[in-house]
Amino acid sequence: MRIPLSALIGLALTGTFLFVAIFTQWLAPYAIDDTTGGQWEGFSRMHLLGTDTIGRDILSRLIYGAQVTIFVALASSILAFSLGAFLGFFAATSGGWVDQILSRFVDLVMAVPSLIVALVILSVLPLNLTVLILVIGLLDSTRVFRLSRAVAVDITVMDYVEAAKLRGEKGTWIIFREILPNALSPLVAEFGLRFIFAVLFISTLSFLGLGIQPPLSDWGGMVKENKDGLIYGKSAAMLPAAAIAALAISVNLVADWILTRTSSLKGGRGG
Amino acid sequence: MHPVLKLVTQRLALGLLLLLAVSVVIFLGVEALPGDTAQAILGQSATPQALANLREQMGLNEPPLTRYFSWLGGILTGDLGTALTNGADIAQSIKQRLGNTLFLAGCAAVISVPLAIVLGLIAARYAGRWPDKLISGVTLTTISLPEFVAAYFVIFLLTQLIPIFQPVAMVLPGMGFWAKLNAVALPVIVLVMVVLAHMMRMTRAAILNVMQSAYIETAELKGLSPMTVIWRHAFPNAIAPVVSVVMLNLAYLVVGVVVVEVVFSYNALGQYLVDHVTKRDLPVVQAVGLIFAAVYIFLNMLADIIGILANPRLRHPK
Amino acid sequence: MADNILLQIKGLVIGATSYPPGEPPKEVTLVHGVDLTLKRGRVLGLIGESGAGKSTIGLSAMSYGRGGVRLTAGTIHLNGREIRLADARALRSLRGREVTYVSQSAAASFNPAKQIMEQVIETCLSHGLASKPEAEARAVALFRKLGLPSPETIGNRYPHQVSGGQLQRCMTAMALCPKPDLVIFDEPTTALDVTTQIDVLAAIKEAIRDTGVAALYITHDLAVVAQVADEIMVLRHGRMVELGETGQIIKAPVQDYTKALVSVRSLDHVEKAPAAPILQVQNVTARYRGTSFDVLKNVTVDLPAGQTLAVVGESGSGKSTLARAITGLLPPSQGRITFAGRTLSADLAGRSKDDLREVQMIYQMADTAMNPRQTVGTIIGRPLELYFNLKGAERDLRVQELLDHIEMGKGFAARYPAELSGGQKQRVCIARALAAKPKLIICDEVTSALDPLVADGILKLLLALQAETQMAYLFITHDLATVRAISDKIAVMFKGAVVRYGQKSDVLSPPYDDYTDLLLSSVPEMEQGWLESVIAHRKMESAGN
Repeated sequence: MRIPLSALIGLALTGTFLFVAIFTQWLAPYAIDDTTGGQWEGFSRMHLLGTDTIGRDILSRLIYGAQVTIFVALASSILAFSLGAFLGFFAATSGGWVDQILSRFVDLVMAVPSLIVALVILSVLPLNLTVLILVIGLLDSTRVFRLSRAVAVDITVMDYVEAAKLRGEKGTWIIFREILPNALSPLVAEFGLRFIFAVLFISTLSFLGLGIQPPLSDWGGMVKENKDGLIYGKSAAMLPAAAIAALAISVNLVADWILTRTSSLKGGRGG
Repeated sequence: MHPVLKLVTQRLALGLLLLLAVSVVIFLGVEALPGDTAQAILGQSATPQALANLREQMGLNEPPLTRYFSWLGGILTGDLGTALTNGADIAQSIKQRLGNTLFLAGCAAVISVPLAIVLGLIAARYAGRWPDKLISGVTLTTISLPEFVAAYFVIFLLTQLIPIFQPVAMVLPGMGFWAKLNAVALPVIVLVMVVLAHMMRMTRAAILNVMQSAYIETAELKGLSPMTVIWRHAFPNAIAPVVSVVMLNLAYLVVGVVVVEVVFSYNALGQYLVDHVTKRDLPVVQAVGLIFAAVYIFLNMLADIIGILANPRLRHPK
Repeated sequence: MADNILLQIKGLVIGATSYPPGEPPKEVTLVHGVDLTLKRGRVLGLIGESGAGKSTIGLSAMSYGRGGVRLTAGTIHLNGREIRLADARALRSLRGREVTYVSQSAAASFNPAKQIMEQVIETCLSHGLASKPEAEARAVALFRKLGLPSPETIGNRYPHQVSGGQLQRCMTAMALCPKPDLVIFDEPTTALDVTTQIDVLAAIKEAIRDTGVAALYITHDLAVVAQVADEIMVLRHGRMVELGETGQIIKAPVQDYTKALVSVRSLDHVEKAPAAPILQVQNVTARYRGTSFDVLKNVTVDLPAGQTLAVVGESGSGKSTLARAITGLLPPSQGRITFAGRTLSADLAGRSKDDLREVQMIYQMADTAMNPRQTVGTIIGRPLELYFNLKGAERDLRVQELLDHIEMGKGFAARYPAELSGGQKQRVCIARALAAKPKLIICDEVTSALDPLVADGILKLLLALQAETQMAYLFITHDLATVRAISDKIAVMFKGAVVRYGQKSDVLSPPYDDYTDLLLSSVPEMEQGWLESVIAHRKMESAGN
């Protein structure tokens, strides 16, 4: 199998980000809250990427930020995914009123932009990691629900599923042997997209001051802390911004590749 | 009743129903969450007496349904209540800021809609060739960025590297139209960038979809010129999907505007919302949230209705 | 007589780029050097199976390549001018004026947003061939000639407001309106029901004769093309196999491939004597949930063990619904189904394992009937596991036996469905049904999606298997040639009811009821003049009434 260059770049970058997120404690040169320099110092041997608004090492904070950002995004997309896919399959295979109630509720939640819903909810709830993960995960699970329900409905009407029913197969065989293998690839690609969405979402919330709270810090929060520097020509805010962009784009490249691989498999070699 | 009229009426009714359901969620759903507004305002050190007083004063001791209906009744008569934090009249505060938000979103829409359609047409016309690849590549990148990151890239570029703009957008009452326009240039550029990418990609897909229809081949085999084919055969069928794309993205603009206003400290509705979320001022959040939701639902409904009106099968039933 | 020649193609090579997944794009050749000459006013039939390149060659007469197809080499002369290398402007002036096109699906080829008249006269106006009133008068005359109802006003309708057969005639009118020298008919009747096809075919033939236009008539059905063409060119894999006058091709074909095509529908089967039934369908009435319309009306048929009952009808006749009722997918609202002496539960859930095992089903689209993520071995092996508890080597051995049975060799067990040809896929589906050792197989249009020669092979296989294992077949089809080839008994269905039922020889001999008569007389026969005699016969009858 040949992997296109864009996907290779995406895989390599995604891998690097994951590596950094896992081995944070060994990689970061300074502790997250150590004030080791002056305000907005430039690049130097001491501070490879300079210092931030109160003199902390930006590289170290970026590395710690990677951990927080990726952890929250991963946790909420896993939540979104397991919940959304489970309910989506459940709705598609049960049909009837179960499907109706679930689908109409999802329609309702999706009728309002996620950011607005999140802002309304976060105005009452305490801002901590659990709440953030739950809010992002639950909001995002509506999209996973729609996709997995649609995919499953498409598959359940296929003749081979009917043939399995006529053969006398049990429900578990039909879901796990007939439907799931055919639904897996689009769902895997969707996982990538949901992860990006979660990264962008948590970064945006943190930037608005409604996400990760100090002493923890993620990339969105770092942009917020350092944004005033831009007026004085200090580029400290651009580094976390670039990190967000790089992570989002690299995961996008991988997801895109998985998606095209899936669709070409569908056509088959004979087609 | 004519089927089109029936469908449009149905869609309108559905929109209203949806809006009502959303208002229930925004009011009752949020109140049901484990958080205490009175506690949030007074902080952890408040005496139980002060808490009870505040609850009484805010009417928090009434049953939720009663409070919901008085809230809804207030909204319908233009009375949005007062802010918890400073006691200001919410309707008044919103009125001052709504204009600014609409001005910003309007400018972005006026630029991005025609641009997106033209770029989408170009990309579709040269599908698979370099103009398409270039446009698609650039837009794929901007889609991957959150609004505030895009905003800082633009600020960094246009105020530091090529300093032609001010990084803060201040619109003051009494400013002339051109002065206002100049002040919002940067946020508009950012919004255009963010919305344009989505809108252009969806426009391209919609047009390509029409161009691949068999009736386009029929038109080509009639020996019609490419412009005639596009104008007479592709365009009438592409209107509905393209307009629907535009509407959906204008709805997307509603969200983008919140973040961009914060980035540029632009005194408008989005900034107002975020401020009061931070201050946990629930009445303000609920009112503004409902306004954003209403605009979003309205634009989506409009997209559906235009789709219905443009469908010849529905307009000319058997 | 050189100026009598309208179209002359020499050494035409047509190529395209294919994009196999996971591999670099590669160049493929669709047509390898084909020569063709068409005189004014003559009709040439292009015939072949899928992949023969017949549509591609047809469109080359307009110097048009569909979807990235390129006319790589050779010359195409139309009215004496070379057009393969002509520029866009020259092509625009000839397309629609000198050559026009009628596609298989008029429903997709008409712009849904515009009235029919506007589209029919568009070519005349854009090429300046006639004024608007003149063009409209021409169109109305053509509508009348083509037998369209209310020719004066049908042009004001939108495409979705007229039926499929009418729209196909409107497209013919659109092609003839600018008075072209050449019309390309690309399978114009293939998508229609057989009783509609004959009317459209007759209309097209009459229009061709009256206007004196030349035509390229592309189809996969030799009997259809024999009705309209003066000459026939047989194509296979992008090469010419045989070219000749229509009479010669259908009566005295030279090449083996042509002989096979000619004899393909003449498979005949000697009916077996009546015997005790294994399946009895008694007074079955059914409707889909949430509807108030019976799709099956009081259907009673039975099927003896080891024999074949053909259920024949057009789209919407309820023939596939009957299969769903028998399998338990659509529980009947009334009536009873008995199988091998026991009454079957109406609902699938109430049936025993043996009930399920003994009734197997084969589908029209083998593609969607097999899970694309399972190997052939898994697909055939699963019933063995489920019904007979065969595992491991024992199961693999039996899978190979079954593969041998359906004339597929070693190595297929490890392949995926996407790696098989259309005929092979259908064979695997047959093997899957065989694996259950059924007493009855329901075959739902199992040969309709296949090329005629491949379909023939499948029918022969099914007959051989029946002789060997004494299985009964319930064979659902719209194709009467298939019915002749395989059935012992026949049930003709129309609008949900059985209108004629009995032994094959009885059903297929007169006196007929009206619908069966219409159906039988509409099936094109492989002889010239058949169309005219049928139409003349029908006119006489309607005059007599």
